[in-house]
Amino acid sequence: MKPGQFVSRKDFRNAMLFISPWIIGTLVFKLYPILASFYYSLTEYTVINPPKFVGLKNYVELMKDDVFHKSLKNTLYMASIGTFITTVFAITYAILLSDKRLRGLSVLRALAFIPTLVPAVVIGILWIWVLQADNGVINTLLGYIGIEGPGWIADPAWAKPSFILIMLWTCGGAIIIYIAGLQEIPESLYESAEIDGAGKLRQTFSITLPLLSPVILYNVVTLLINVFQWFAEPLIMTNGGPDNETLFYSLNLYRHAFQYFKMGYASAMAWILLIISMAVIIVLFALNKRFGHNESY
Amino acid sequence: MSMSSEAAKRGQTPQRIGLGRLKTRAEIVVEYTLLIFFTVCFLIPFFWLVSESLKSPSELFEVPMLWWPRVPQWENFALMFTSFPFLKYLKNTLILVAFVILGSIISNSLVAYGFARLHWKYRDQVFLLVLVTMVLPFQVTMIPLFLLFREFGWVNTFLPLIVPHFFGNAFFIFLLRQFLLGIPFELSDAAKIDGANEFQIFLRIITPLTKPVLATIAIFAFLNTWNDFIGPLIYLSDHSKYTLALGAQQIMDDLDPKWNILMALGASMTVPVIFLFFIMQRYFIQGIAMSGIKA
Repeated sequence: MKPGQFVSRKDFRNAMLFISPWIIGTLVFKLYPILASFYYSLTEYTVINPPKFVGLKNYVELMKDDVFHKSLKNTLYMASIGTFITTVFAITYAILLSDKRLRGLSVLRALAFIPTLVPAVVIGILWIWVLQADNGVINTLLGYIGIEGPGWIADPAWAKPSFILIMLWTCGGAIIIYIAGLQEIPESLYESAEIDGAGKLRQTFSITLPLLSPVILYNVVTLLINVFQWFAEPLIMTNGGPDNETLFYSLNLYRHAFQYFKMGYASAMAWILLIISMAVIIVLFALNKRFGHNESY
Repeated sequence: MSMSSEAAKRGQTPQRIGLGRLKTRAEIVVEYTLLIFFTVCFLIPFFWLVSESLKSPSELFEVPMLWWPRVPQWENFALMFTSFPFLKYLKNTLILVAFVILGSIISNSLVAYGFARLHWKYRDQVFLLVLVTMVLPFQVTMIPLFLLFREFGWVNTFLPLIVPHFFGNAFFIFLLRQFLLGIPFELSDAAKIDGANEFQIFLRIITPLTKPVLATIAIFAFLNTWNDFIGPLIYLSDHSKYTLALGAQQIMDDLDPKWNILMALGASMTVPVIFLFFIMQRYFIQGIAMSGIKA
């Protein structure tokens, strides 16, 4: 008998008992809400009166809702440009933090990680002051080198880039995961590349990035899910302003659900979010399968 | 990298080796400069948090800004207790934290055991479902859950913020499963031969070995709850039930947000977490690094 190969009816019963919390939790806290959300999205529901079936009216109205379009665009901006910049930075920084010729790396890693520990509410409160136009840290430092800084979150053109700065400040989790991923890449690959005369840049694109692709996929998916859910910082720092430039998808959804009490309309938004996030993730996995390096190394 | 360092690697003329070393040294200097620059960038907001929390209200608005208050206003922290219900909100937060940790440890230990240590048909397919639920945005389930808990009469209680944690968390199940798969199955088989049933093996033999991962899970559960904002915002309406995160945000809705108290509060909510990080760094980093690598 091979170890660990007791396959029996009793085993199945035991397994179901062990995972029963997850089964119940998934049915009640995931599956039911997803289905109920779809039902509510077909109704007009103000909480006070029972839901009234209206068919696809909410979806039709969403298509015509300029504020909805704006919020979707804002979130897609962060999901594309914000995620791209953050990913490039996190990988580059992880490569720097993996250079074995340097000393003190563990301290520098820890310091890159600690911003991720700051509660979202505190990030919001703090960054209002960091980004303050006339007496904030960033503009003061820019002033020292003769640059007049923008109005950041007060300026419609700079509001979303301000939030990208926060994404960069809090990307330490991704950096740590990239470092761990880099450590899995065998040193011998770089040595043979060196002998074949491949330069550092070539090595990065031909060895590091392909072998890192499963880790990149994981981090990008995590980042995207966070972008789709981004709520506390925009609510606190800008409450969607100026000119709805930072009215992100989840903030808009929250407003419709819990400030305007349009539960049906907000549920339609939730379903669209579900479809978008699933689509994005399926595309990413497909891309990874097509171009990424998945064999174990 | 160009000719010189490659030549150096192949160990050619002494003069070329000298050039290669010089190049390596230049690279190291550039790398250190970049690392120090970005480390300072990472740290400046923390310095700013502390500096602002010690300023008087008028110093906060001074132009040009003050890097450090003229006289540090330690009473900002005293005001946090007198003109803000800090202790009450701290107590509420800690109650939530305690129950969420308890629920997370119990439920995820059981569930992960079922996915890692028992063999059953379709196990790995079902586990894929666990992973899928990991990428479900909170907002997708938010409204029906709110309406459901409202039916239960749970709104304005801690229950909606505690009970779901007793039913497993995809990320924690994943972390624990990875660890459990690495424990030799001979241990379980030996216990079985000695007459132990599955639950006894789980409780007496396997779970004690998972302590490091349980510590990681406890830390993450603590962080998630300590930092959670949208949950308390939706479910807690009575001021006496607020958590620190929600209480802090609510000051900002006042006509006169007392910024000096708010900054002191921000510092007080952040410092303990960073302290915890430095004493338990191993568990933090392991948990995070593991999540990406084994995925």
